[in-house]
Amino acid sequence: MLKKIGGSIKRFLNSLFKSKKHVRLGLYGPPNSGKTTLANKICKDWLGEEMGTASRIPHETREIQFKESVTIKSNGKELSFKLIDTPGIATKIDYEDFLRFNLNQKEAKERAKEATKGVIEAIKWLDNMDAVVVVLDSTKNPYSQVNITIIGNLAARDIPVLIAANKVDLRKANIKKVESAFPQYKVMGISAERGDNIEQFYKTLFKVVK
Amino acid sequence: MLTLQYIPNNEIENLNSENKIRKLLSLVKEDKILLIEGRLTSSEEARLIESTMEQISKSFKGIEICTVYPQKKREVQFFDKLRKEVLNILGYRQGITIIGPATIIKDIKRDPTKIELLTRNNKGTRRNVIKK
Repeated sequence: MLKKIGGSIKRFLNSLFKSKKHVRLGLYGPPNSGKTTLANKICKDWLGEEMGTASRIPHETREIQFKESVTIKSNGKELSFKLIDTPGIATKIDYEDFLRFNLNQKEAKERAKEATKGVIEAIKWLDNMDAVVVVLDSTKNPYSQVNITIIGNLAARDIPVLIAANKVDLRKANIKKVESAFPQYKVMGISAERGDNIEQFYKTLFKVVK
Repeated sequence: MLTLQYIPNNEIENLNSENKIRKLLSLVKEDKILLIEGRLTSSEEARLIESTMEQISKSFKGIEICTVYPQKKREVQFFDKLRKEVLNILGYRQGITIIGPATIIKDIKRDPTKIELLTRNNKGTRRNVIKK
């Protein structure tokens, strides 16, 4: 409760002293949902350069990464934000899972150790966000507790949320399922990799980050 | 052998968040699957994930967790907010939470009508279905 009040006061003070159009926009989600791919797409579209390395190996992003100022434009309006890409949040990390991706024991153990720290860091950063895009893999079951915990924590902090149902270019994608799992939130089906529906995503971002 | 332990709300409701999480994690680390009456608050869930990550080791790979609770689909916003506040006061007594070690539970699949608990054993994966 105190945390929630503290967060609200912090956001209120920030709104008084900072430009409302420069917000801290976080990308959250489980591992391998496409957070960094989306961050790269946004940065390439508006800054002409990528932000980080995306990989099919889970927990590629193990530290918070950010771009200090990204300005996007839509319908004659501008929105500036600090873009923050976070490590994927998971409830379990087994170094043996990384061995399947041709990492050796030492590399796998190191990756697992760094990944646990990354999850902790991502959770701690929840308090620093003004708005969040929750990136979900639309080919996977959205009713996972990690998704529910992330969204529940954002709701408890009154942080605006846009859900990006990513990977809609894949055959197994099911946006309807994501929508029915989180009916109180705006869900945008996108493919961060191919850029499908990305213009609509930017337009929706303006509405969410008021 | 699979050990299921039921934890009624009155066993943890008087504990503060830190002690509640410590107790739950220590039981999970004894390779027990916990069926908890009610649910954790969202900040407790986040703290549980943080604590789990801090304790990952060679023998403890993390947890699987799933919470189900009654949700009405069409609610007027005011009543929804009121319900949220009442739930806060009641300490999230409604619903059920399942937490188990990732070394035993391979996956918990939840959809609106059922929970599928996939456990690991020496012969492979066993599917257990709990219907709401």
